[in-house]
Amino acid sequence: MDPHATTFGVHSRKMAMWVFIASECMFFGSLIATYLSYEGKSLVGPTPEEILNIPLTSVSTFVLLMSSLAMVLALDAVQTGDRRSARLWLGAVIVLGGLFLGGQVYEFNHFYHEGLTLQQNLFGATFFVLTGFHGAHVTVGVIWMITLLVMSLRGRLGPERSLDVEVAGLYWHFVDVVWIVIFTVVYLIQ
Amino acid sequence: MAERAAPESSKGHASKSMYWLIAVILGILTMLEVAVFYVPLLHSVIVPILLVLSTAKFALVAMFFMHLKFDKPILTTLFAGGIIVATAIILSMMLLFGTIGPGAHM
Amino acid sequence: MSAQAMTATGHGSVYSGDLRSWLTTVDHKRIGVLYGISALFYFVVGGVEALIIRLQLASADGAVVGADTFNQLFTMHGTTMVFLVLMPLSAALFNYMIPLMIGARDVAFPRLNAFSFWTFLFGSLLLNLSFFVGDPPDAGWFGYANLTSRQYNPGMGIDFWILSVQIMGIASIASAVNFTVTILNMRAPGMSLMRMPLFVWMALIVQVLMLLAFPPITVAFIYLLFDRFFGTHFYIPDAGGTPILWQHLFWIFGHPEVYILILPSFGVVSEVLPTFSRKPLFGAPFMIFSGILIGFLGFGVWSHHMFTTGLGAVADTAFSLGTMLIAIPTGVKIFNWIATLWGGHIHFKTPLYFAVGMVGLFIIGGLSGIMHASPPVDIQQHDTYFVVAHLHYVFFGGTVFGLFAGVYYWWPKITGRMIGEGLGKLHFWLMFIGMNLTFFPMHFLGMDGMPRRIYTYAADLGWERWNLIATVGAFVIAVSVLVFFVNAVRSVWAGERAGGDPWDAATLEWTMSSPPPEYNFAVVPAVNSARPFWLHKYGPTRDISTRTKEEGTPSQPETPPERIDLPSPSGWPILAALGLSLIGGGALVGLWLVLIGVAVLVFGVYRWAFQPLERLGHPSFGPAPGGGR
Repeated sequence: MDPHATTFGVHSRKMAMWVFIASECMFFGSLIATYLSYEGKSLVGPTPEEILNIPLTSVSTFVLLMSSLAMVLALDAVQTGDRRSARLWLGAVIVLGGLFLGGQVYEFNHFYHEGLTLQQNLFGATFFVLTGFHGAHVTVGVIWMITLLVMSLRGRLGPERSLDVEVAGLYWHFVDVVWIVIFTVVYLIQ
Repeated sequence: MAERAAPESSKGHASKSMYWLIAVILGILTMLEVAVFYVPLLHSVIVPILLVLSTAKFALVAMFFMHLKFDKPILTTLFAGGIIVATAIILSMMLLFGTIGPGAHM
Repeated sequence: MSAQAMTATGHGSVYSGDLRSWLTTVDHKRIGVLYGISALFYFVVGGVEALIIRLQLASADGAVVGADTFNQLFTMHGTTMVFLVLMPLSAALFNYMIPLMIGARDVAFPRLNAFSFWTFLFGSLLLNLSFFVGDPPDAGWFGYANLTSRQYNPGMGIDFWILSVQIMGIASIASAVNFTVTILNMRAPGMSLMRMPLFVWMALIVQVLMLLAFPPITVAFIYLLFDRFFGTHFYIPDAGGTPILWQHLFWIFGHPEVYILILPSFGVVSEVLPTFSRKPLFGAPFMIFSGILIGFLGFGVWSHHMFTTGLGAVADTAFSLGTMLIAIPTGVKIFNWIATLWGGHIHFKTPLYFAVGMVGLFIIGGLSGIMHASPPVDIQQHDTYFVVAHLHYVFFGGTVFGLFAGVYYWWPKITGRMIGEGLGKLHFWLMFIGMNLTFFPMHFLGMDGMPRRIYTYAADLGWERWNLIATVGAFVIAVSVLVFFVNAVRSVWAGERAGGDPWDAATLEWTMSSPPPEYNFAVVPAVNSARPFWLHKYGPTRDISTRTKEEGTPSQPETPPERIDLPSPSGWPILAALGLSLIGGGALVGLWLVLIGVAVLVFGVYRWAFQPLERLGHPSFGPAPGGGR
């Protein structure tokens, strides 16, 4: 089982994450397709125009984008053996990801009190399932990053494990990229 | 693909300062998107503008943060395959449900 | 655990070991056998369900089962055959043969492979558990909304169905990631994509289809679960939703799914016909590109299952065109198979019978399919037995016959024994006759207006004669399956021992002993041709029709010249699979069980992630480092 000779010259685990990402495109694609197909078809309010908070969501979008920056800097640090920076930047990913999730929780809670629930109308159903599953993916990512941070704190995340960090990073960036799409088609294009 | 290749060492790689620059550009693009949202004059063309801006953000993250620009093309092919089919499904469903297309009531 | 000794002939050592060794195996060959045994077991289960259906319909005003039971039977029959038989039987062949055919020692992620099998198995048990609680699903294998809503289907049957199929879907996606990477990234040196065997090509396309098609049904299931458990209205018209959303999402999955089901058989036929015609596959590049085209176009035709839902003329036309287009690459394949046989030196063995049978029966299924492609014609045929005829010609005549061709073809390699030619041919003829007796009359019944999924019919409709014949045919099929099992048991018990290359075939899986040693290849082969073993045996000639090979050793050495290390067995994949299944089953029991499932899953995944692939005492073969044993 020679890990070094692969037909395409790409590490198999890295290729596997990209293959999984391609599949996830269809998962989020189906959720987005349904959101857009049901858009405007709710029989009762609240409607997106009434309830979506663009300023708040713009900030959380920015936060998530910056977490991707932190992620590539963390990977760079692990690859060069810079342990302090690796921990710093992994911690930043976690904090920024946590901030994003906090924003989502606040938003969901606020919407709930404004009368937008899963059951209220089609907007509520499609919105919460789409953004909820996105949030669940971010949560898995944060847990993954915490695991990596703990490994780093224990001195177990040297350059020889940079592939693990790279693969985690791909997952994280993908979740970010999905949010770019959601922010555009759900929040900005109404 | 006749020969086995050694896994890629970073042949071509973005530098740390490049990453910061990309992050700044992403921030600017986001601000532009939000600005377009708030400028009533642009609302007739808001959809194409936003699609272009968000595609640019998507591409920057994919090419630089996800390293596709410097990786073997097979990875881009895999990602592109998923994106293309997903986009086709989204557009088809929107057409079938009347969200876009002739007689759309958006 | 010391290095395992390799018997001189390699017989059986790959399967030896206790129950624990099977529960913790990460060897693709064992996992393939596990899938195969499970699939054949469920083939009998699904077949019995079909026999009861046929007994009920054999005469008018049938009284064998009532209406509710009948609905449960056809639901379980369809769900079982698609997800518990056809897909796992394909998975069995993929698992066993793909690493061998590409010159690899295992798949890219052996533990993920094990996880996929156990997840599938637990999911299949969850589905059948519904029988034991007296509440099997009853809304068809395609579960149309809003028959599946909590309002119209308040029991647990639909929940069993959603959760078990979803769990099995996760197994499929995991498998698809695994095999996509394996096929792309683990080929032997010199095996370019265009030199890859057709079976592996079809498998690759199937993996890509699974990756892209299962997420939409996952989303459909999520929406249905939310409607049923949390009171959302995704499929509820009263709130602005529509049941048609379910149909779209289901068929965006469902249509690629039927190509997932048929392409493996296409791949088998493309391996079997050349071997038993003793000439290369005609137009191999065209076979590859047509397979790719079928896979790609398969995503654009889903609403041909929905011509009666009022999509509108534009949509109907678009999907109709796409459906007709798919006939072109399919036709290319059929002509190329015929051209492969043409002028060949035919060896009339059982695998060939099933492969040729597949082609002929699939043509019939394809012809009825092409009729369905036309919306005005389909509107008459939809929901009649004409469709039942079509789908069984392609699934039974196509997939089952093709997969049996693969089973007979690779039987010697997998078991190390030959399987009886006499009984094999008897199996074929009985199954062929039975299949046609059962399903051909359904074309007439459909044209005559007999609807699908009715539990009985009145005597004055004139449907009794064909229904009776169909029932007789079903029992002929059952006898044929019995013949197969007798043949299989006889073979494994006392069959003639098979050498590495009983069919004088062209591809890498025949270059080592039968069954293969645990490490597959003592020496990773270098590949210079799409038919590497024929090249090795006969030199660079396309015409081997009149050649016979000299008796000789397989091209692989008996023992490895250099040390080979294999992954250790692991118990974490089965534990993680159990955790996932407890989450699914827990949804039917209570939050507490779901949480236990989450804990087990997370624990299993973490232990798996931090466990090295090769641990102390892992299987190793060949000389110890530094020489000697």
